[in-house]
Amino acid sequence: MNRYSYTEKKDTRSGFGVGLLELGDKNPNVVALCADLTGSLKMDAFAKKYPERFFQVGIAEANMMGIAAGLTIGGYIPFTGTFANFSTGRVYDQIRQSIAYSRKNVKICASHAGLTLGEDGATHQILEDIGLMKMLPGMTVINPCDFNQTKAATLAIAKHVGPVYLRFGRPAIPVFTPADQNFEIGKAITFIEGTDVSIFATGHLLWKALEAESILREKGISAEVINIHTIKPLDEAAIFQSVKKTKCVVSAEEHNMYGGLGESIAHVLAKELPTPMEFVAVKDTFGESGTPDELMKKYGLDVPDIVSAAEKVISRKMVEV
Amino acid sequence: MASIPELKKICSQVRRDIVRMTSAVNSGHPGGSLGCTEFFVALYYEIMNVNPSAFDMDGKNEDVFFLSNGHVSPVWYSVLAHRGFFPVSELGTFRRINSRLQGHPTTAEKLPGIRMSSGSLGQGLSVAVGAALAKKLNGDKNFVYTLQSDGEMEEGQIWEAAMFAAAHKVDNIICSLDLNGIQIDGKTDEVLPLGDLKVKWQAFGWIVLESNGNDIENVIATLKEAQQHTGKGKPVMILMKTILGKGVDFMEDKHKWHGTAPNAEELQKSLAQLEETLGDY
Repeated sequence: MNRYSYTEKKDTRSGFGVGLLELGDKNPNVVALCADLTGSLKMDAFAKKYPERFFQVGIAEANMMGIAAGLTIGGYIPFTGTFANFSTGRVYDQIRQSIAYSRKNVKICASHAGLTLGEDGATHQILEDIGLMKMLPGMTVINPCDFNQTKAATLAIAKHVGPVYLRFGRPAIPVFTPADQNFEIGKAITFIEGTDVSIFATGHLLWKALEAESILREKGISAEVINIHTIKPLDEAAIFQSVKKTKCVVSAEEHNMYGGLGESIAHVLAKELPTPMEFVAVKDTFGESGTPDELMKKYGLDVPDIVSAAEKVISRKMVEV
Repeated sequence: MASIPELKKICSQVRRDIVRMTSAVNSGHPGGSLGCTEFFVALYYEIMNVNPSAFDMDGKNEDVFFLSNGHVSPVWYSVLAHRGFFPVSELGTFRRINSRLQGHPTTAEKLPGIRMSSGSLGQGLSVAVGAALAKKLNGDKNFVYTLQSDGEMEEGQIWEAAMFAAAHKVDNIICSLDLNGIQIDGKTDEVLPLGDLKVKWQAFGWIVLESNGNDIENVIATLKEAQQHTGKGKPVMILMKTILGKGVDFMEDKHKWHGTAPNAEELQKSLAQLEETLGDY
């Protein structure tokens, strides 16, 4: 039985919308921009309550990134909103030059990331965005796991000075982290302690990792489940601390296997603590139309995939030791 | 306020700086820089309310300027230095390792006067529009100025920003467009004809003025006229005709000099045509 429970399901994008509205009340310097997806991004409450601080830019994402950079000159904290694909790949050079290299305090807030966008298909299902954004010097990259954590992350990034990429999603998923939690950027959270394998999960995959832990426990395997909500800067100390104990790793993320959380963890482990590792991630392919559940199953991002990755990496540990 | 003869003397020194800076590192973009010399001198000595000795990124309660076509950095650096933003001697570090004067302007090295990195074309107008919105939110009555190049009109983002600025009544921005008709591969009319830019900008909802960008009196008069058009619900664009390479006879209107630095012999021929008025760095 899962050690965590929930009473309702909500989408992470709504956590962003609620957080943004609260920021509107708390911080008069927070402004928001949207490229014709106000409803999808759940920015409508902010837009309605603070029309003078909300800018509808139309379907012009490049211009939105530039305007956001300009708004920081004068002391504002702009939050841009559009789908993850249009928040990153479409506007990479604008973010690179006008925001990252220019050291601008812009919060790039991206919904509908990954496969769980569902039926719209691969054109919209970006699986490369974490990689794109983490490669930019000075960029903070955050992928929260549920409604409450997304709300808390939204509040936290307003206090952080510097560009941030905040990635969230479309489907309603279990709400299992505390309401009104304190979100510490760059600080991993241990959800379950264990001794046989470390499972590092981000975003929608955390709930699946908690489900997997319960199945592994029934099989007599003690899994440690750690939430890495901040992919950059990575909480290396938390990773080392866990891996020194378990001596093998599974990463789980709704992203391509190249460029994501798993690759970041492998990078630090290869340098400091070489460790057997398995990657639950999309196998260098594009997605397709389907329901979120069908897609997560087909592309190997479901609970059984985490369970088998854990069993496999534990067996590798035995052989390699 | 300087007299016109004094401003012309500054222009002459700035042009000397431009050819010396680019020649010294055998790289950089002298052509557009020489063509925009009167504009930068007019802007920083006659038009803008700036605070060179205490540069502040937010630029509250002063005018701010954004250079979108960052490759004309030599003219901007020279004018900023002579205006007191940083020591004139620093011009000798242009494009060298560990310099604040990068090939294209950047905020990363914290050079006073620079508020945005530019070089990848077409992005500056969007940033300037954002800064203009911030001024409105702050109740700051000062203006935002920009410079774009004509080649940049080929970038789609320019027209996204143009549409937005008109729709959102960003009427505290005064943009200038360097119309020298030349880009790297040749004449703009041959690379990708720009059509009637006056009609295009008017159709996008802007007030459009025209100036002779190499006549400093006309540049100043047109910028002052532009100020009179602010606050009326529309952004302002000045189509500024310039001659690439202006001031150095063998460079004028020759696209080779967009991005080629003068060699030692060409440098001497250039300097012979440009009076040293304020002392070389």
